[in-house]
Amino acid sequence: MATLSALHTKNKLFYLLLALGGLMVLAGLYAVHMMEEHGHIISGMNNQIVWGLPHVFAIFLIVAASGVLNVASIGSVFGKTIYKARAPLASLLSVAMLAGGLTVLMLDLGRPDRIIVAATNFNITSVFAWNIVLYSGMFSLVAVYLWTMMEQCMNCWTKPAGFAVFAWRFILTTGTGLIFAFLLARQAYGSALLPPMFIVLSFAWGLAVFHVVQAVIYAWNEKVLDPTILQRKKNLLGIFVLGSLYMVATYHFTNLYFANRVEFEHFILFDGGLFPNLFWWGYVFFGNLIPLALIYLPGLGQTRCVMAASMAVVLGAFVFLYVFIIGGQAFPLSIFPGFEVSSTFADGQINEYHPSVYEFLVGIMGLAIAFMITTVSVRVLNFMPQDKHYIAD
Amino acid sequence: MSEVNNQRRAFLKTSLGAAAVAIAPGMLLFDMAHGSTEPVSGKVRWGMLIDTNQCKPGCDECVTACNTENGLSGGKLPTDSQWIRKIEIKDISTGRQSSLPMMCQHCEHPPCVDVCPTAASFKRADGIVLVDKHRCIGCRYCMMACPYKARSFVHEPLHDQNPDVPRGKGTVESCTLCVHRIDEGLQPACATSCPNKAILFGDLNDPNSPIAQKLRTVASTQVRADLKLNTGIRYQGL
Repeated sequence: MATLSALHTKNKLFYLLLALGGLMVLAGLYAVHMMEEHGHIISGMNNQIVWGLPHVFAIFLIVAASGVLNVASIGSVFGKTIYKARAPLASLLSVAMLAGGLTVLMLDLGRPDRIIVAATNFNITSVFAWNIVLYSGMFSLVAVYLWTMMEQCMNCWTKPAGFAVFAWRFILTTGTGLIFAFLLARQAYGSALLPPMFIVLSFAWGLAVFHVVQAVIYAWNEKVLDPTILQRKKNLLGIFVLGSLYMVATYHFTNLYFANRVEFEHFILFDGGLFPNLFWWGYVFFGNLIPLALIYLPGLGQTRCVMAASMAVVLGAFVFLYVFIIGGQAFPLSIFPGFEVSSTFADGQINEYHPSVYEFLVGIMGLAIAFMITTVSVRVLNFMPQDKHYIAD
Repeated sequence: MSEVNNQRRAFLKTSLGAAAVAIAPGMLLFDMAHGSTEPVSGKVRWGMLIDTNQCKPGCDECVTACNTENGLSGGKLPTDSQWIRKIEIKDISTGRQSSLPMMCQHCEHPPCVDVCPTAASFKRADGIVLVDKHRCIGCRYCMMACPYKARSFVHEPLHDQNPDVPRGKGTVESCTLCVHRIDEGLQPACATSCPNKAILFGDLNDPNSPIAQKLRTVASTQVRADLKLNTGIRYQGL
């Protein structure tokens, strides 16, 4: 009876979680309706900060959606058993986060009703247009990959499908990095380092999300993850965090070397008010050093530590994107290098941005969509990793 | 029988006459609204030469004229559209000050056109860079890409628009070089309104045009020439 009552409680909890997710989506849709009715004037975005909080959420979700597939790739492409068992869950998370991120991007458009225009008018020179193809291709490929994994008679196709997804996700994150890399005039962007940087960031962010979801699923099913498996996966997270820190450091160091970008680097790293604080404390300390300590310090590295480290990496990711996207636009565009400038259009001034609750709700909606897709799928289909007794590969 | 036929003829005549009277003004209006059906010539490249020595600090006649011509509010909030703005600049090393109008530079290789996912941003054969308001989805990527901050996003619903200059909430817009005036053989509003004649408008490709002749004789620069966008707007005295 006790088991039955526990099942009832779990059932109720499932529907409660679903209702919460649904409410968040509804709140996001309300915000979209308000922006549609009144225009973007009710958001904090303006003619200087043209991309705001929704883009922070959307880009996090899209980059993490690509990164989480790393777990699947290590399984299918490199044949590591413990990762193979987790490939279906990783693929599901990827589809869920991609759906969430793209919904936010789409609904933040000035004219979301014209999405069919975006689908039918293709400008070949636009990296945005390439990304439309990359995102839809990713959906289809991951769906096929999932099918080959979950349908027994299709299992022989898992490896080629895994290879295709492996290649596609690299190209997709390259595409995301290129959105900024192609902005030649902005001091914050316009760097060929950005696509590889986004790829390495995606590894860390995707794996962190995977760890959090995996821990919740194991707890829900009252199972304990084999400590040896946890050990391997936590080490991988540590390497990815170190890798992303290295890429971010290289990006800033190269910028510091270019005379025309020194001023921007001083702004973002030292005297830009909120942004340096967010960068050093939020991203470097909280999003990198704390997780590294939790992973590598002797006596730490247990399940809870890995969970906390993963959550810190995710939070650090949001802070990083806020500094990168908003901070990059807050610094005045240099139209007349070597001149002091002033105008009625904020030339030469640090641009102000105060995000509104509507933007926040649109962004949160993306997370809620990813959450709902994952929760329902995990409930109705078998995404629970099935580990055999661990044997080193 | 013959009486009946006459009535029918009279009825048909009256009906035809009434139909013609009803349709004719519509056809006339359609023709007027449709404008010229001839494509613009690629032999022409419209541009401007702005003499910063003649442009007076504090004077914003060109900005006012642009706002009036294009039905802009003239507001200066961060969410208001500004198609043209006056910039005061001061050389940090020498202290020399200048004043100049800044607007879409109508580049030969416009980054906004390159990045636009739906090809809503486009360059006309005569070099004018425009936004197709029916195609723009409001992604603002062009605003990120423009090196001159020349573009604005319409943040609010619009009322009482100028029929010659259609605009749209949720879309991006910028200086059209007063394309509706150019197509009628007129000059852009900013050029005609400048009290000091600091803005010279014309065809950069016509060696006999005043602008081409002046460009041959005076030193002029393109803003951010290092980007090699080959702008249609040139500045003298910078």
